[in-house]
Amino acid sequence: MDISTIIFYLIAAFILGMALLAVTAKQIFRSAIWLLFTLIGIASLYFWMEVEFIAAVQIVVYVGGIVVLIIFSIFLTQQSAADMPSPKLGRKIAAAVASLLGLALCGLLVYEYGFSKTEATFDNEVSRIGTAMLNTGSDGYALPFEAVSILLLAAMVGAIVIAMKESE
Amino acid sequence: MVPVSHILLLSTALFFIGMYGLFTRRNMIALLMSIELMLNSININFVAFNKYVWPGQLDGIFFTIFIITIAAAEAAIAIAIVINLYRSHLSIDVNDAAELKH
Repeated sequence: MDISTIIFYLIAAFILGMALLAVTAKQIFRSAIWLLFTLIGIASLYFWMEVEFIAAVQIVVYVGGIVVLIIFSIFLTQQSAADMPSPKLGRKIAAAVASLLGLALCGLLVYEYGFSKTEATFDNEVSRIGTAMLNTGSDGYALPFEAVSILLLAAMVGAIVIAMKESE
Repeated sequence: MVPVSHILLLSTALFFIGMYGLFTRRNMIALLMSIELMLNSININFVAFNKYVWPGQLDGIFFTIFIITIAAAEAAIAIAIVINLYRSHLSIDVNDAAELKH
């Protein structure tokens, strides 16, 4: 067992532990902070997989953007120190059983199939990603790039319109 | 050497943790956080497949980038809806917003 393997299992345990805390914490603000740690753990998993660009995007967009947005909206709408009402025990048990059954089914499928690793190196330099993103050829992503930029614009306008106070 | 299936098992576990949160929480922001967890687990899957099963292509990377973009747009819209809901109901519990139920 080499050091890279040990680091992977440490990161995996960190992610799962923080995610469990994020969905079970009683106070919503703490839940947001556990979510922050989960996302940082996932970014470190990307660093472990040597996809540095995605790791950087993960930190910038998720940790720096979405979590801050969530924390702002908690402050705007909640008594952040108050406990959230605890769900009924029956619902908790049903949710746990459903999740564990789903996990068992999907885990069994993944484990039985046992995807084989190829030894080829994965070239994911940012220059290659950038060339492919603006390429209109057969392996280019120019059309989805444009589509997603229109989606972002529409989402921005929509968010402003929805959150705007109605003026008389 | 970590087998690919262990990374996939990690992302499966993360997905179902998010699903547990989606089933038990009734607060709209908490639901949004569970959805972010599920989206992240799917991103891990895409990157792992791209790196270990199809290293010649970049499709998994691009799916991940687009999912992150769409997740950001979704979070912005969801929070606008949450703020609007809070203005009209003074609560963001999903059970309090049931006017459309007949």
